Amino acid sequence: MVATATSADPRELLRLATAGSVDDGKSTLIGRLLLDTKLLLSDQLAAVSQGKDGTPDLAALTDGLRAEREQGITIDVAYRYFATPRRTFILADTPGHERYTRNMFTGASTADLALVLIDARAGVVTQTRRHAQITALLRIPHVVVAVNKMDLVDFSQARFDEVAAQARTLGENLRLPELDIVPISALDGDNVVDPSDRCPWYAGPPLLEILETVDVAADRDTDQAHLRLPIQWVARPQDGPRVYTGQLAAGTLNPGDEVVVVPSGATTTVTSVETLDPDRPMAVPPMSVGVTIADDIDIGRGDLLAAPHSRPPAARELDTTICWMTEQPLAPGRRYALKHTTRTVRATVQAINDRWDPETLEIFSDPSSLALNDIGRVSLRTSSPVLADPYRRNGVTGAFILIDEHSNDTVGAGIIREAREVKAVIEKRRDVTWHPSALDRANRWRSLHQTGATVWLTGLPASGKSTIAVALERQLVSSGQAAYLLDGDNIRHGLSDDLGFAPGDRAENVRRVGQVARLFADAGVIALVSLVSPLRSDREVPRQLHVAAELPFIEVHVDTSVQECAKRDPKGLYARARAGELKGFTGVDAPYEAPQDPEIHLDTAETDITAAVAQILDALDLRHDA
Amino acid sequence: MTSTNLTSLDQLRVLEAEAVHIMREVVAELERPVLLFSGGKDSIVLLRLAEKAFAPVALPFPVLHVDTGHNFPEVLEFRDRRIAEAGHQLIVASVQESIDLGRVPEDDPTASRNKLQTRTLLDALEAGRFDAAFGGGRRDEERARAKERVFSFRDEFGQWEPRAQRAEPWALYNGRIRRGEQIRVFPMSNFTELDVWSYLALEKLELPSIYFAHEREVVQRDGMLLAVSSVVSPGESERVEKLSVRYRTVGDLTVTGAVRSAATDVRAVIEEVKASGISERGETRGDDRTSEAAMEDRKREGYF
Ligand SMILES: Nc1nc2c(ncn2[C@@H]2O[C@H](COP(=O)(O)OP(=O)(O)O)[C@@H](O)[C@H]2O)c(=O)[nH]1
Repeated sequence: MVATATSADPRELLRLATAGSVDDGKSTLIGRLLLDTKLLLSDQLAAVSQGKDGTPDLAALTDGLRAEREQGITIDVAYRYFATPRRTFILADTPGHERYTRNMFTGASTADLALVLIDARAGVVTQTRRHAQITALLRIPHVVVAVNKMDLVDFSQARFDEVAAQARTLGENLRLPELDIVPISALDGDNVVDPSDRCPWYAGPPLLEILETVDVAADRDTDQAHLRLPIQWVARPQDGPRVYTGQLAAGTLNPGDEVVVVPSGATTTVTSVETLDPDRPMAVPPMSVGVTIADDIDIGRGDLLAAPHSRPPAARELDTTICWMTEQPLAPGRRYALKHTTRTVRATVQAINDRWDPETLEIFSDPSSLALNDIGRVSLRTSSPVLADPYRRNGVTGAFILIDEHSNDTVGAGIIREAREVKAVIEKRRDVTWHPSALDRANRWRSLHQTGATVWLTGLPASGKSTIAVALERQLVSSGQAAYLLDGDNIRHGLSDDLGFAPGDRAENVRRVGQVARLFADAGVIALVSLVSPLRSDREVPRQLHVAAELPFIEVHVDTSVQECAKRDPKGLYARARAGELKGFTGVDAPYEAPQDPEIHLDTAETDITAAVAQILDALDLRHDA
Repeated sequence: MTSTNLTSLDQLRVLEAEAVHIMREVVAELERPVLLFSGGKDSIVLLRLAEKAFAPVALPFPVLHVDTGHNFPEVLEFRDRRIAEAGHQLIVASVQESIDLGRVPEDDPTASRNKLQTRTLLDALEAGRFDAAFGGGRRDEERARAKERVFSFRDEFGQWEPRAQRAEPWALYNGRIRRGEQIRVFPMSNFTELDVWSYLALEKLELPSIYFAHEREVVQRDGMLLAVSSVVSPGESERVEKLSVRYRTVGDLTVTGAVRSAATDVRAVIEEVKASGISERGETRGDDRTSEAAMEDRKREGYF
């Protein structure tokens, strides 16, 4: 790993993020690094108050804006710069308190290396864990642990070993990369820049040497087969070919390379690559490049060039982890602008699967919302596709921000765990074309003397959906109609037996039932769906599917109060949910979003079953007018 | 070549790639950007980065100079030549004009016009209906800048609110604004003074002559060396000396100090910068020294 720099080697840049709890000595350490790399300029020193015995107050050097100085804490991300003959460093200095988790997340998002500070007396504490978890989440490739204030434990090897063991356990639990652990005194400078003679038992290099030698180049994904170039801006010269610009996220680019344009799927050959560096014909990440191609195809901002055999999906379902950055909470059903590489789309929150509390580090499943500084797993659905990779594969094509369209503020930062194409709704898949049936729908319906349709009953558990649906089915069938009941509970035993009740699973269940109902309706059957389907955005999916297929869709809201449902409680589920035995139960600890504009609204307090069935039959136009 | 040689990148090229990416984002997402150009070394780098970002087409925005009227003639000459050679569109916004029009009061024509510039800048941005302005600001310059965003959001009065800054994770910049609002964009946020000099050398960029050692009549004032000029006359107790000096920044003549130097080319300047123990602003910018929070206050008002 250690390569000695020769003058011919390029001087690499290392971005690091510090993390440490208040008073661990983070500011002191940064001041020490700046001072000892001789880059602390003397007027900046003069502006800083002097500590005891006339030495500069190192911590005050790195403190920021005036208001913050008055409060005595650093509250934003502040960037510091220092350099040695071998490397230059950009250090993102972030506060450690849970109230500033979002700043820590931001500072860590670009880091090559995380510097975790631990007070030798305290050992691993909650804040250390918080930093380590964010480090793990953001997959920072290098982690260095500085065990500080060794002077206060008399440079005890035994104490260092204890703290180091705690840190290693933490690292293993979080699957962090291998840790470098260094005993230091930021205040006195031991093992920061120069080796210390006060701890002869430590044989490793001082901190700065580690920072100077970690292999940053190896972290870049330069596998040609992984090419990712999000197109940023297109130059259209009056004469000469169009130039497609962007910053390379992975892979390499050379003239002659075969590439595929995503999402269109067109393939072409690269004819030239401008790397901005006359000495480098080949582009590698993170260069900003301009390329020309052999074919005249339409490529615009938001498209992406990929290697032919590993293109990213054009995804509309994103399983993500989001750090929430604003006061107004994130909740299911909310919509935001989502900026992913050079593409901005709309995203709807489908479900929040869990919530990590930055204060206690506890994880709660199926929370109703994410608050400021919370980090949680969130399912999103986007209005149009994003060309996404999992973050573990690519930190650029796997990251996004959420923007509030009213305030224009950046309200969340997210990483993509899994990106899926949505096969249904208006958008057609390109690789599977619909095989048209030889019989057309009109023929089929005429022979059945019936029009296909879907009746979708939604409502709280125990609201009476199934009772009404069963009565309706009986009535239809006995009058000679083809009708079929798709009951939520029954579906769960077959079609959806792989799904649970987490919000993401519910969405998928709704989607599947919607697809099946559409097929029944297309066949000329009256599909009756009885499904809690609590979220508006989930129900929108089957509706759109039917609209696109020009099939009738009748949404029936079976409206019964929670109190009444809980009183009926035929399966004893409300009682169990209220006792805490069932988690995520609609009406108890999971939301139900009533339809805003259903075709039929049944207030069960006022309508009996016969009347309800009659009302639905009325809405169904059963005769097929040939 | 080993694989490391292929994939390792010099930090100047990494900073360049980052700046170019930022500039392209702005042009793609905002309607009317403008680039601030003073003829100083930071804006020379900024202009070069812009030219590289948008080649082979012409800059998709004009260049704006806020002219304090307290200029080094060498810098004005350089500005006009550099812009004309490249064929860019230049807009000059004059502080003198703002004063003549009564937009800003001036008590003492020999005092620094740095504070007065803010009004002229804001008026020029409004007149051109610019929604984004590129500046050459660097985070290493001073503390208020160290935490300013790359896309620095300004309200309809051009003011900066350090507590209400948008989060900026990764390189995902949020350029959404309402009509009348604007963003200041700092593509060179992560450059240091040394990087600027090294980049000038790498790209072989021309600089106004005042950046290199030359003989000049100066007076010692407030611990700085000030050039004798139409707006700086020696006081009674001040002695005019002819010294070999160069400038580290170009700015208002009345407050921009020179440093003693023998460096006549970029390489020699870099050596001097490396050896120097004093930051650029502290040594040569009189107005920033008056108060530690001077910069933060000016930025809140709409200064760059
Ligand atoms: N004895 C000793 N004190 C230290 C050391 N590092 C920091 N301190 C002290 O710990 C206190 C908090 O340090 P500071 O850098 O402000 O911590 P921060 O909150 O993490 O930035 C200050 O009084 C420092 O002087 C060290 O290595 N040894």
